[in-house]
Amino acid sequence: MKILVCISKTPDTTAKIAFTDNNTKFDVNGVQWIINPYDEWYSLVRAIELKEADASTLIHLVTVGAADAEPIIRKALALGGDEAIRVNTDSHDSFYIAAQIAEVARQGGYDLVFTGKETIDYNGSSIGGMVAELLDLPYISLATKFELAGTTATVTREIEGGEEVNEVALPFVLSATKGMAEARIPNMRGIMAARTKPLKVQEPVAVDALTSVSGFGLPPAKAGVKLVDAENVEELVRLLHEEAKSI
Amino acid sequence: MSVLIFIDTAEGHVKKASLEALTYGVKVAEQLGTTAEAVVLGTTQEDLPALGKYGVKKIHHVNNDNLNHLDAQAYTKVIAEVAAACGADTIIFSNNVNGKAIAPRLSARLKAGLVAGAVALPDTSQGFVVKKNVFSGKAYAMISVSTPVRIIALSPNAYQTLAGEGTAEVVAFNTSADAPKVKLVSVNKASGEVPLTEAEIVVSAGRGMKGPEHWGIVEELARTLHAATACSRPVADAHWRPHNEHVGQTGFAIAPNLYIAIGISGAIQHLAGVNRSKVIVVINKDPEAPFFKAADYGIVGDAFEVVPRMTAAIKKLRGIA
Repeated sequence: MKILVCISKTPDTTAKIAFTDNNTKFDVNGVQWIINPYDEWYSLVRAIELKEADASTLIHLVTVGAADAEPIIRKALALGGDEAIRVNTDSHDSFYIAAQIAEVARQGGYDLVFTGKETIDYNGSSIGGMVAELLDLPYISLATKFELAGTTATVTREIEGGEEVNEVALPFVLSATKGMAEARIPNMRGIMAARTKPLKVQEPVAVDALTSVSGFGLPPAKAGVKLVDAENVEELVRLLHEEAKSI
Repeated sequence: MSVLIFIDTAEGHVKKASLEALTYGVKVAEQLGTTAEAVVLGTTQEDLPALGKYGVKKIHHVNNDNLNHLDAQAYTKVIAEVAAACGADTIIFSNNVNGKAIAPRLSARLKAGLVAGAVALPDTSQGFVVKKNVFSGKAYAMISVSTPVRIIALSPNAYQTLAGEGTAEVVAFNTSADAPKVKLVSVNKASGEVPLTEAEIVVSAGRGMKGPEHWGIVEELARTLHAATACSRPVADAHWRPHNEHVGQTGFAIAPNLYIAIGISGAIQHLAGVNRSKVIVVINKDPEAPFFKAADYGIVGDAFEVVPRMTAAIKKLRGIA
């Protein structure tokens, strides 16, 4: 079995969010970069578990980005995976990225394409669905569990107020969220091995982006907290009822 | 030209988030000087003509048993057919669980620019620009869509539902939907509880509760307020509460009218999941807890004393003995 795992580079969860160039670009100054948590903790780690259960499984990683994405893809290889492909381009919009991933997926002939449910910077939740449509494959989003028996997968996905269990035959695309697997830390052997794993660089296919960012902004700061004495909880309830009108 | 709104159902009933999308789509149509039409897939028990009270005039109903359960691939094909038939140049979804599965597929199929997680009406003064949250609510971006057809997936709880008078014309749309490749095996829903992502009020608690055995007072407050319960990541990771209650950067992102945080310090990752809440109340015994900086109202005090008092005060307000 061959699995393609999509890896995205995102700012660390604690990164300071600021913009430059008249609020049109994210300020990368001093930002620590990480593997997008949904791609790493849930999608990649579940793929690694499948390989641990069946050693014949091949895991390829793909990232769409410039050379500065390489430390991230090496870190992902340190967790697991056999080889990586970097599509050498600055990313434009989600459709552009999805089209690049779909091209890699077509070339590789994968049984499964794993994505995280969203990146923590653009919060698009779009790549998996777009890749699936471009490949004309089924798609299961927000997967919390994945089990495989032969060529049929049983996938649990989030729904409003609960979960549902779906069954689908390979090949297909999924997006992973919390529950799929537990976060791991790369060990020294993994880090050493990652240095020599193949990392192929390929040029992008020509695709037009469908959207562009015309500007960024920060939400207005909160006016400040109104503190109520712990002995006077009734006053808080009165404020929530009469002032905030939220109860 | 028209605006087409996808109405999502669960067990044959229209979801609250879809009523928001419907209200929003009607407003977008008004803004563009065109008509709003809607599409419903599969069997439904809902009184579809009554959805006209949200301002929609025409509803296309594809009543086909193959569409009773979400298979994003089959749904996308049918919605694309309906969109073509009614000449839609703007297609609206809720960015809820099903919207996240379908809207990106439709975007790729139609080469239609997608704004996933919109929080405001489009600005059509210069092109077509839609505001959406980015960096997990820590910032927003203005997304410019230049394709002939555009798709907006509206963030749940970002747009107020507005009902008036009116009846919609329901027309059957006949097409041969593919047999679903994704088969439904079972549904596991906590009955009687308010779903977290749809809740108007959320009562959430963290490590300050000291252990799962102390959650009774949190649940009692939630019941009194008809609220959903939530928790912080350490609580979910310690299995004190199920992971489907975890709100934050890597759990659910929610935007209720009122978020009450009990014994949660307010790490930046937690705030990322709740910062779109309209009103935030923080109860914490540590006056230095960072969460107070993001709160509208706060009480510095012991949750084990404050929370039962709050429940009692709300019962009194609502005349519950």
